Amino acid sequence: MSSTTKGQSKFLLASAGAGFLFLYAPIIALIIYSFNASKLVTVWGGWSFKWYVALFQNEQIMNAAWVSLKIAFISATLAAVLGTMAGFVLSRMGRFKGKTLLAGWVTAPLVMPEVITGLSLLLLFVAMESLFGWPAGRGMTTIIIAHTTFCLAYVAVVVQSRLASLDATLEEAAMDLGAKPSSLFFLITLPLISPAIVSGWLLSFTLSLDDLVIASFVSGPGNSTLPMVIFSKVRLGVTPEVNALATLMIVAVTIAVLAAVIIMRRQNKVEMPQN
Amino acid sequence: MMNSTLKNSTLVSLLLKINLGRLFVILVPMLWLAAFFFVPFLVVFKISLSEAVIAVPPYSPIFEWDATDAYATLKITLGNYLFLFEERFYLDAYLSSVKIAVISTIITLFVGFPIAYVIAKSSSTMRSILLALVILPFWTSFLLRVYAWMGLLKKNGLVNELFMSIGLIDQPIQMLQTDFAVYLGIVYTYLPFMILPLYTTLEKMDLNLIEAAQDLGAKPYQAFCLVTLPLAKPGIIAGCLLVFIPAVGEFVIPALLGGSDTLMIGRVLWDEFFLNRDWPMASAVAIIMLIVLVGPIMFMRNGNKEAV
Repeated sequence: MSSTTKGQSKFLLASAGAGFLFLYAPIIALIIYSFNASKLVTVWGGWSFKWYVALFQNEQIMNAAWVSLKIAFISATLAAVLGTMAGFVLSRMGRFKGKTLLAGWVTAPLVMPEVITGLSLLLLFVAMESLFGWPAGRGMTTIIIAHTTFCLAYVAVVVQSRLASLDATLEEAAMDLGAKPSSLFFLITLPLISPAIVSGWLLSFTLSLDDLVIASFVSGPGNSTLPMVIFSKVRLGVTPEVNALATLMIVAVTIAVLAAVIIMRRQNKVEMPQN
Repeated sequence: MMNSTLKNSTLVSLLLKINLGRLFVILVPMLWLAAFFFVPFLVVFKISLSEAVIAVPPYSPIFEWDATDAYATLKITLGNYLFLFEERFYLDAYLSSVKIAVISTIITLFVGFPIAYVIAKSSSTMRSILLALVILPFWTSFLLRVYAWMGLLKKNGLVNELFMSIGLIDQPIQMLQTDFAVYLGIVYTYLPFMILPLYTTLEKMDLNLIEAAQDLGAKPYQAFCLVTLPLAKPGIIAGCLLVFIPAVGEFVIPALLGGSDTLMIGRVLWDEFFLNRDWPMASAVAIIMLIVLVGPIMFMRNGNKEAV
């Protein structure tokens, strides 16, 4: 590298470093203050776990967390199944009528503003209820349907890009050896794309846990999710319990991301010899 | 008659030819998305043409069935749309959302570009570490990351305390509940959406091209403008759209960080729906927002097609 490019990269490194600082400073401040004994956010009153204790004694938050976890688990699982189907259809099924339509529908929820998705799903559920009597009222079911719909898109994209980067020779060999389409899928393709499905599931799970806007539209009374409870608490001001909750969630997500990275890396290593 | 029987018989033979398993795999995700993504927009459009009434559900029916004369009347109104264009408030909200979204997208690009560039050009181990560092906040709750800024930007928050302790300011500045906080919040939360597509295109870029440009006498900034930027264009476009589109409809950030005078259309829709309980009006707001965003969304889709 010539000296000029080195000079340029010094500037670049400094700005990138500032960028990373910008990304992490608020999170780190939040974690530190979750251990603050003082109720005032800026006054440091020594280290304490009292907000964690208060958090676990807060029934409203604990109930909402349980509701959110259930919803996230079911929606992520449904989205993983449907999204894998959609991703597979888009990259392995050749041309068929409606393929462009499906491709459009799959990617559109990714960029649609949440307020529009939330409003449109709620109005759909209300119209469905008056037409068919189902879903009766809003609650877990409607949130799960809504979350599955937008998570499906993420899974489909992850699975599709995995399939696109995958060498098709194994699948072709299995076909040549007379494997039926179903056994070809379950014995060859599925194991090969399983890391993509796992990371799609994890992504869906966190997206569902995180969603405030869509859930607010399609939930019914008594079905507040965790973000809905946090939002209503936070709107009234900064609450130290939420700091503790945020820290726990950040730790959980960090562990999940690390696990996902390790799974993906191991899978890539296994495949190296083929390429 | 002839035609329809012909159609039916071809349909049947077609169905027999098609592998049922294949059909199932194709139809299930398609029907799901049709029912829960496409049809809802038709419902929103329908309701935007009705009037708000105090009833359950709170909008007037579009078809009215007259039992005595046995005929149906179609009752639609463009009143909601007319109101949208007559009231300065809504127009201002659309314009101000687009303005806020454009400015924050540009800032995000400037903040994200060096990060993406450094990641793309670092060694492979360093690259996966840095990428994980970018993705981690993306996986961390959006709401909690916005909330983290509330603690920093408050009157007696960390930023004010820090600035006062180093003597930069004498008394706390109002940062929370201002447009500044909204820009900051959008840039902060959407930064990973900018970095990731930028990284993908920059990673593919051949560094030799820059060296060649410099060997031929280009100054660093010339090499950057004439070589790097054009090569990074797909990533820049994708990143900007990924930030711009959701930012236009943003609700959480203006609600938590913005002031009462921060006007964003996502928040207007939310208030129209939850506070005024005017479902037809909220629907009309959504339809116009969608029309504003159709261009960028289609562009995004086409970009995706090229990238795959």
